[in-house]
Order: sequence, then structure tokens, then C-alpha cells
Amino acid sequence: MAMAGGALLTLIACATARAQAPTVRVGSKSFTESYILAEIVAQLIDETGEARAERRLGLGGTGIVYGALASGDIDVYPEYTGTIGRTILKDASITSVEALRERLKPRGLTLGTPLGFDNTYALAVWREAASRLGLRTISDLRRHPELTAAFDPGFLEREDGWLGLRRHYGLRLADVRVMEHALTYPALASGGVDVIDVFSTDGQLARLDLALLADDRRFFPDYAAVLLARQSMAERFPRTWAALEGRLAGRIDTPTMAQLNALADLERRSFADAAATFLGQAGSATTRGPGHELAKLTGEHLSLVVVSLTVAVLVGLPLGILAARRPRFAQLELIGVGLLQTIPALALLAFMIPLFGIGRVPALVALCLYALLPIVRNTLAGLSSLDPRLVEMTTVLGVTGWRRLAWIELPMASVTIMAGIKTSAVLTVGTATLAAFIGGGGYGTLIVTGLALNDVRTILMGAIPSALMALAIHGGFEALDRLVVPRALRPRPTPTD
Amino acid sequence: MIALRNVSKTFGGRVALDDVSLRVESGTTHVLLGSTGSGKSTILKLILGLLRPDSGAVDVEPGAHMGYVVQEGALYPHLTAARNAALPARAAGWSSEAQRARLEELAALVGLESPLLSLYPHELSTGQRQRASLLRALILDPPVLLLDEPLGALDPIGRAELQRHLVRVIEELKKTVIVVTHDVREAFVFGSTITLMSRGRVVQQGTFADLARRPAHPFVAEFLRAQTPPPEMTRDL
Repeated sequence: MAMAGGALLTLIACATARAQAPTVRVGSKSFTESYILAEIVAQLIDETGEARAERRLGLGGTGIVYGALASGDIDVYPEYTGTIGRTILKDASITSVEALRERLKPRGLTLGTPLGFDNTYALAVWREAASRLGLRTISDLRRHPELTAAFDPGFLEREDGWLGLRRHYGLRLADVRVMEHALTYPALASGGVDVIDVFSTDGQLARLDLALLADDRRFFPDYAAVLLARQSMAERFPRTWAALEGRLAGRIDTPTMAQLNALADLERRSFADAAATFLGQAGSATTRGPGHELAKLTGEHLSLVVVSLTVAVLVGLPLGILAARRPRFAQLELIGVGLLQTIPALALLAFMIPLFGIGRVPALVALCLYALLPIVRNTLAGLSSLDPRLVEMTTVLGVTGWRRLAWIELPMASVTIMAGIKTSAVLTVGTATLAAFIGGGGYGTLIVTGLALNDVRTILMGAIPSALMALAIHGGFEALDRLVVPRALRPRPTPTD
Repeated sequence: MIALRNVSKTFGGRVALDDVSLRVESGTTHVLLGSTGSGKSTILKLILGLLRPDSGAVDVEPGAHMGYVVQEGALYPHLTAARNAALPARAAGWSSEAQRARLEELAALVGLESPLLSLYPHELSTGQRQRASLLRALILDPPVLLLDEPLGALDPIGRAELQRHLVRVIEELKKTVIVVTHDVREAFVFGSTITLMSRGRVVQQGTFADLARRPAHPFVAEFLRAQTPPPEMTRDL
């Protein structure tokens, strides 16, 4: 147990030993627009020269990135007024920027001036169909109950989505299908449906001949883009904050944002490049090529797996031994580590933020907790399934205490224990891809980016190496078995008499 | 001297020993004879301190080291015969040279050829395993040797051979020995004193001759007769 405690302390020490150079940490959520806006902010910070920008991009959803801001792990990130009111302050009645700023003040946070565009839900139809059917507004849909629609599941089930919209306008449609957002455009293009839900800044809108139906009865809340920042950052780096306000406030309109999104989503330009385009810099005109990053990500991923697994073994092995010694404690313990396993990995990662912030450390702690169950369970199973006559004999032979454990019990249980560690290792390689959602790095970074861009190639660039690493680690453990498991205990062909 | 005084022991309501008294003088060999479930092995475990009596008392020399051999040997599968046999010495802090020297010395006595010592239990025959187990019981030269069906798992030829070695070990080393067996002939070969047990109770104690000639209970005669081959079968041997 002392060893385990020490290992945890080391983890925490790593967390506090951060670089001391003045930096502003910029966060983003894991979708294209958020990445690009954060890049714009980061490049402006570097350009101003008062502080160095540190990018913590692709931090999952609102809960995670806001959690990171609240705990001081990041200083600024792009957010939307509607989300601040509804999701963060949990009060949909506050809509004006001034009121939001007032309510955020006690939390040590502040809001910039709106950037100039709204990213809100909208309904889209083909421009040709719009003119043919006379569709300009959402109200016009009431005259065409024969139309069909495809909606993203998020939109379909939300009170501020289809549920509320239908009631607000008294709409009826012939057929409403649920479909992943990325698939609704092809569905519309193929003529399979007539109406889809879109985000007003979708990159696709800039390319396709679509008409957005006006929200004539003002149902959709405002989702004006703003910078949400820590008050202390704005005070500590006044020139930087002024530059952000001066260069961005009211400067990005909806078509501009849609264009920038299209650069990344459709033309496969890097987020940094799209941001540079907006800032009027030449940019490197690089297309996204995550290939050169692969070595770095492999290192990050491997270190996530190795460190968390090592700590999990150092904690899990003693816990398993303890459980084998104290049967009553065993129940409690298995329930405990079992419960950890039932928490969805992403939720467990989110729980870590208030405790450890974002980045590598919370990812390591979560992965470590996740890896415990197979190790504890197999250690307990291995030790308690030993032949009781052989265990009893140790007393007669004078082999007691740690000697009994080290000479007899652990070696005899080693096959089962190693199987548990192997299971944990392979699981951890997969689970570690989720670390990217809280800025933990690794192959997940590519998967998160690829998901944001709906770019299968980028997703596979993360998913395939991760699968290969799982295979390699499995192979490595097979080899390790030869070192750890005593020769005579390894599976062998059973001799026949 | 080892003694049990009015010892009773139950396991979850099942009576294993019922008011058993027993006395084994130092340097003698005592056989506990009886069928399976008669409580013989429980007596050894009480003497070893692996079990505590529900009532009565078990007197052994405090701290006395005892050698213990069970049916099938109870060798650890992950250790070679040598490592298995040397375990008590290793736990007692002997140097590896001292362990090796002692193993060599005893291997001849129990009839185990030295090269076999480097093999794992699964590579040894039943008889060889039993010899390694005996080696382990003897390595610290304990004054007391407890043998629980030591020949039980062996085929008839291996049995006869190991039996010879055991008798030699017992005679040469002058230890206090308790042998548990269900085999009347083994009892005859090993035992100066025999305790016949049935269902957790002592039926009769005495020499083999005592039991054969003056059975204290019809069960004694019945038990002995059940395992004695008819005279016409052994006549021509």
C-alpha cells in the first residue's frame, strides 16, 4: 500500500511541476469551429508577444472544457451565449451578454464582446425546392405537411430542438428520421429527405446550394460566439486581452465562419492554417498531415499506458493480496473496483477534472482506476484457488509471512495474475484514446480531431496505431510470461500414459 | 514424547475425533491404522498445530520441528525437486552450499538419484516425487516424522521399494515416527505399536500380535481379516 501511495504522489507531483514561463492556456471543444477559433486566439496571443499561447485543444464537450476553465487549467476558450446560459449557469432566461458577464463575475470569469456570428440550429432545404414550394421561413413549413425530414439525434430529442420547435410552430411533417449529423447532408443530396437540421456555420453550407429557413417566430435561442475567459488572465495580460477584443469582436460573421469551417472540413486544411487565413497571414498553406505527429502521439500514448498500468499493478496487486487474506474485505473491495468499472470511461475522465484539472495527470489517474478491476480480481482469484493442501504445507515447512507469498503463492498464482494484467493492458490501450478528450494526448487526439472533421482517414490514423499497440502489448506480455511464470507452470501438452 | 489426552474435534457438526487418547514415546514408531474417514489424518494435523482440538489437549515438545509427508507428496509444481526439498532450509536461512550438501547427503538415503533433483515434479514418477517429499521432511533433521499414507499413491512395485527405504530411514535415524495408513501389511511392517481407529474413536492399541491374537472388539478381527490374503493364495510364493 505504501508503494501505491508513493506512486500516486509522484503522479500528483508531476502535475504541479509545470513550466513557469508566462503562458496563456487556450482551450477548445472537440469540433471544427471550436478548434479554429481557439487557433485564432492562440495565434493572436503569440503575435501580441505578451505571453506565450499554450494549446489545450479538443477537450471533449462543454462539461470538460468549462470544468478546465473553472479549475484554472485553461485561461480562455470559445463558447456560445446560449450554452453559457442554459448549460453552464443553468438559467435559460439570461440571454444578454451583459447579464451573462454579471453572473460569471463571482466565478472569476469574464466574457469578451460577441465575435459576430451565431452558431445556432437552423432548418435547411435545397434552394431550388425553397423557391418551388415558396419556403422562406419555418412557418412556411406548415403549408407542406407532405415533406420529410432527417434530424440529428441531438436535435431530435432536445426541448430546444425539434420537440420544442414542433410545438412552437405547430408543425407536422410526413416523416421524421433520426440520422447522424454527418449523414443528413447526403440524405438531402440524394433526395431521400426534404428538410434537415444544420448548424448555421456548417462548412457544408458554404458549398451546397441550400437555403436556411428563417426563424420568424424566434424559437431558437441565441448561440452567439464569445470568448469565455478567466478574469485574472484579462487583468494579467491587458495587451493580449485588448488585442483579442480589438481584432475579433464583431469581426467574424456567419458566412466567414462557415468559410473557415469549410477550409478545414472540406479542403482538409489544418486548423492553424484556417486560423491564419482569417488573420490575413499567409499561413503555411499546409494541408492536414498528421503523419509527422505520429511518433510524438505514439510516445504520449505509450507513456499513458505504461505509467497508468504500472501504478495499477502497484496498487492492484497489494489490494488483491489483501482481499485474499481478508475474505470479508474482499467483498467490499470487489464492489469498489467493480463500481469504478461501471462508470463510463468518459464520465470517469470528466470526474477527474475538479480533482486534477485537465491533461496527462487526470487521464493517468482515470486510466489507472479503470485498469484496477482485472488486476485485483485475478490476483484474488489466483491466490484463493491455490490447492489448500499446498498452502497448508507452507506452515509445516516454516515458510511463512512474505516468504510464503513470494516463494509459493505468487509464483503459483502467476498465470492467473498475469492474465489479469494482460487484460488490463490491452483495455488501457483502448481506453487511453479517450484521454484526448481531457487534453491527455495520445492517439485519441487524432480520433477526436477526425470525429470533429468527420474525416475517417484521420480517425483511422489514430485508431489503427492504437489497435496495433494493443496487439504489440499483448505480444509483449506473452513474452513477459516466459520471464514471470515459472517454467513448470506454463501450459504444456499433457502427457498421455 | 507426543500425547493426545481426551481429544475431540468436529468439523461443522461431523465428528472427526471423539475422546481420543494416544501416547507416542520418543524414538519409537507408531502406526495409526483405519479406513478412510476414521480420523487418522486429523490426529497428525492436531500434532502439527494446523488444527486446534475442540476439547482435550495435545502435548508436543514446544517449538519442535516436525517432518511431514503426505500422499502424492504435496510438492510445489513451480519448483524443482531440489528447490522443493530445500525449502525448510532456505526459510531457516541456510546458505545454498549448505542446502546442496545436505540434499546430496540425504538423496542416497531416500533412494533418489542426484540428477533427478534438478527436475520438476511433473517430470518425476510418483515414487520419485514421494522420495523428494521425504527428503524435504528430513532436511532439517527433525526429531519427529509424520507420514500420512506415504505409499498410498504408488503402484505395488514402487510401493515395496519405497517401503524398504522408509524402514531403513526410520531405523537409521532413530526418530519419533507416526505413520498413518489403511493398509494392514504396512502397519505390520512399520509399527511397533498400532492404534486401530474407526469413526473417530480408538478401537484398540497394541502390537500387531496383540491385535491379531486378542482383538478387543469384533471390528478388529474383521478389519485385519478383510485385508489378509487367503492362505491358499500366498502358500506357493
